[in-house]
Amino acid sequence: MAAERQYQGVVHERSREIMSAWYDDLARAAKTGEPSACLMISGNCVEILRAFDIHPIFPEVNALQMAIRKQALPMILKAEQMGYSGDNCAYVKADVGFLMSGGVGPTGTIPSPSIVVCNYVGCNVYVKWFEHIAHFCKAPLFMLDIPFLREKAPSKDDITYVMKQLQELIALCEQVTGKKFDIDKLREICRYAARAEDGWARAKDLCKAKPAPFDAYFDSINMMGPINVLRGTKAAADFFDAAVAEYEEQVALGAGPLPEERFRIITEGPPPYPYYRNFRNLFAKWGAVSVASTYSTVGGLWEYGFRHDPERPLESIAEQMIVHNLTNRSILDRYQQIKDYVERWEADALVIHSIKSCRLFSAGQGDMREYFTKELGVPTLLVESDLEDPRYYSEAQMKNRIDAFFEALEHRKLVNA
Amino acid sequence: MLTEVLERSRGLVEDTTYRRALDWKKAGGKVVGCFPVYTPVELIHAGGMLPLGVVGGGTSVELAHADSRFQSFVCSIAKSTLELGFQGRLGLLDAILFSSICDVARNLSSVFKRNFPGVHVDYLHYPQNMSSAGVIDYMESELRRVRDNLQRVCGVEISDDRLSASILVWNRWRALIADLYALRRDEPQKISTVELYLLFRAGTLMPVEEHIPLLEASLAEFRSRTAKPRDCIRVVVEAAFCEQPPIGLIEVLEEAGCYIVDDDLLRGWRFFDTPVGEEGPPLRSLAAAYVDGSTYSSVRHDWRKKRWEGLIDRVRLSRADAVIFMPAKFCEPALFDYVLYREALEKASIPHLMVEFEEKMWTFERTRNEVETFVESMLFD
Repeated sequence: MAAERQYQGVVHERSREIMSAWYDDLARAAKTGEPSACLMISGNCVEILRAFDIHPIFPEVNALQMAIRKQALPMILKAEQMGYSGDNCAYVKADVGFLMSGGVGPTGTIPSPSIVVCNYVGCNVYVKWFEHIAHFCKAPLFMLDIPFLREKAPSKDDITYVMKQLQELIALCEQVTGKKFDIDKLREICRYAARAEDGWARAKDLCKAKPAPFDAYFDSINMMGPINVLRGTKAAADFFDAAVAEYEEQVALGAGPLPEERFRIITEGPPPYPYYRNFRNLFAKWGAVSVASTYSTVGGLWEYGFRHDPERPLESIAEQMIVHNLTNRSILDRYQQIKDYVERWEADALVIHSIKSCRLFSAGQGDMREYFTKELGVPTLLVESDLEDPRYYSEAQMKNRIDAFFEALEHRKLVNA
Repeated sequence: MLTEVLERSRGLVEDTTYRRALDWKKAGGKVVGCFPVYTPVELIHAGGMLPLGVVGGGTSVELAHADSRFQSFVCSIAKSTLELGFQGRLGLLDAILFSSICDVARNLSSVFKRNFPGVHVDYLHYPQNMSSAGVIDYMESELRRVRDNLQRVCGVEISDDRLSASILVWNRWRALIADLYALRRDEPQKISTVELYLLFRAGTLMPVEEHIPLLEASLAEFRSRTAKPRDCIRVVVEAAFCEQPPIGLIEVLEEAGCYIVDDDLLRGWRFFDTPVGEEGPPLRSLAAAYVDGSTYSSVRHDWRKKRWEGLIDRVRLSRADAVIFMPAKFCEPALFDYVLYREALEKASIPHLMVEFEEKMWTFERTRNEVETFVESMLFD
């Protein structure tokens, strides 16, 4: 059996560097009072904030940083003392607990936001979360309401509504910063965004290689920061150039993240951040590599061709928010996305990590399993825990289920051979 | 007459085979399911179809299939509604409408669509940015989309004229419901919440034209009742706007010494503080009512007036002594709001009690104990 994986490569280091620089910027903004804004990851419009030099704060990233460093539970408990339910999303609870503890976390000080911009892109918890942040921070709240993709394509009126709101957001940014909106600056930002998106899409596509050059679930997190948080900067665009170069080299060498790629899997759902490494090792042990994942597409579906367009900057921002991200699409669209991954990335199985916190992801995953096993005949494993709350992770149970699944899969491979 | 009406109402409410709607269907009518919270029932009605409240399985539906589709941490109404589908009890639906109330309801609409391809499933995205200059245009366009889909799929005509007529009918119906609520607020000894609720909910299960005369006659009878006020505290029940508590739980609250003087049970069916505009283009009127005439709600963001200010107003207007916060288990919109409601209530020195429920709960002793203690602490304070 394969040993625990060691290789982390340049991508991991570069990602850490540019993300740290962002945290440093935030800590500086907290001191100097430079304008900052809270924003959500899914289908975001960070380009607009950037056009005004407003520092983007991502509460989801605060929450996941605490979880991965095993610092989330005290924050969650603090929020539960305030009245949050055991059944509420733990991302929100950890972030609120963090806020109430003064906003100094593992990555430094996070400023109190000048504005709270809720990009309501599918996730209904976003609305509550940002209401609460705005209330506790006494900051103005801008609700950027994105109509859900409930027909094959958005209507003209959906787009008009979003465009109208983007203009209203721009007016608010002008007011907060005292700067005039500069469309040419936004075009430049969109140009950098598109370059990063090209790299992202290329990297994801390289995972069609056998072996895949990186794990498109566990290693994608190194790319998710740069693409969702730093999109529109030169640093992010350069990062993706370097990442693609490294992955191309890996493919040329026939190297993957594990000594041997024995199973190609598609992973659905966010990871258990409090036990990230443990969880990963349960798969590494079987030589199982994720060749595609849905979680990595919450911010955008660039592997399907969408790019921010410097010629139509606002229109393309609207289109990304409505259409080209996972969270604003139905779970049935997600079935089709996964089916496509299984077919074109040539996967052996689907693994669903079902988390209590995020019902956007998880509600109905039993039906998803039904669809993949019964209708498509794709071996599917469903395991449960949480992305933030360590109390929902049971290592022994997780290990038993994963081992049993891969044993069966191995048997199936042998029989089929 | 009243006893008979209430008995018939209870029969309809407790019957998950939707008897009255089946008769309608047998007579050649079409039926459109309305999943909570708010549904623009006028659109359905204007097409000559029956809007039917589909609000889970209550106490009577055992899950045989649905809990393999939705996990243990998902609210009961999502699972029991799906189960009703698996058991064939929703076979009478030509269409069903879900809306953007929460992540579970949205995914449920998709799962429903996949498992019951014979039913037209539509998912409405209600606007959340009430301050945008584009919001009423958007809402009007969304209503038009739903209307066009219903016309196409159900083969009905929903003209502006018919829609305007439907607005008049439903305004009348909502006014009568509001009268019942006002009577209970002012003279709670004359109408219990169980009575009001049964009568109200029956209206979501039968043709509105049949229900209006029942409401009119019942109102007159309730008003003429003579009853002495009991020694009760006056409470507002908040957070039961989607999944519905068992009637037994409402009974327990009343027996334990609460006059429920306002509540948000089935709030979506009385979503507006003022009547929908009766003049002008009807889709526009419905859109404007949603944006500017709605009550505060856990499923509708409106930062112009904070939700918790709405709750405090409701307490004041109903001259309530306390709030019973009654969310369904796992209901995220309600559970999140509890935090800020609680803060506001405490600031305003309004006592409150949290009573979580599940639609199929059947023992209430613990709740009875808690509520009795709460009531006593207030009566003898």
